[in-house]
Amino acid sequence: MRESTLWRWHMLAGAVVFFLLGLHMVIMHLDDILLAIGAGHGKAIDTTVVFERSKQAFFMVTYVILLGAALYHGLYGMRNILFELTLKKGWETLINRIFIVVGLGLFIYGTYVAVFVFLNGEV
Amino acid sequence: MASTPKNKLGIRGWVCGGRYVVERYAYIIHRISGIGILVYFILHIFVTGSRLGGPEKWHSTMSFFETPLFKFGEYLVFAAFAFHALNGLRLFFNELGFLIGKPARPVFPYKTSIHHQRPWLIVLMILAALFIVVGGLDFYILGE
Repeated sequence: MRESTLWRWHMLAGAVVFFLLGLHMVIMHLDDILLAIGAGHGKAIDTTVVFERSKQAFFMVTYVILLGAALYHGLYGMRNILFELTLKKGWETLINRIFIVVGLGLFIYGTYVAVFVFLNGEV
Repeated sequence: MASTPKNKLGIRGWVCGGRYVVERYAYIIHRISGIGILVYFILHIFVTGSRLGGPEKWHSTMSFFETPLFKFGEYLVFAAFAFHALNGLRLFFNELGFLIGKPARPVFPYKTSIHHQRPWLIVLMILAALFIVVGGLDFYILGE
């Protein structure tokens, strides 16, 4: 695939991450402030709250989208940093392959977790 | 096709490649925060994977991370996100040709796009700082 296309995907993934990770950060890390202003649903990290959220389709779907977008954005960014060091062609090929395998592996694992907990709830 | 010139400075070029302006330091912090977030994110995927083991497993995993050191690390990630997201927003618009002014002929006295993009950098960094302070309030005062 052309480098300019990969870069456009990187930017698009960044925009998706901006909104979804922003939402994630507010829900997960500003939960006490949300509670203080009457907009929270309990301590975000509490076991009951976590599993209750995991069983909602909205959170499962957005989690998978965020997972894919963040992995692409992060790994492509890391790849660019490494390629900027003007490595030999062989190293670049190796890095590409490792990042594709790692990215796909993490995406499959993370998606499996999200879907499994969504379908089975508290196992 | 011309070959890519060798990057002789390597990573050192991030900090000692010449006289840098504030945008260049934002670029360096953007990269460092990006790497930090990526490392945390990969670990986070495995940590949240403990949900597969049920509520007990989740509870015990979370208990393991309930130390001041991990809490501070989490806050650092939060701060890194605030910076990376808001600086990234600026870069996103710059890339699309916004917030940098219109192209013009190089007539003396020369103008640079810095005058257009710097105010945005300042505004976004104030927002990032506010977000980091609000996060600190949640992490260390309300969350205690």
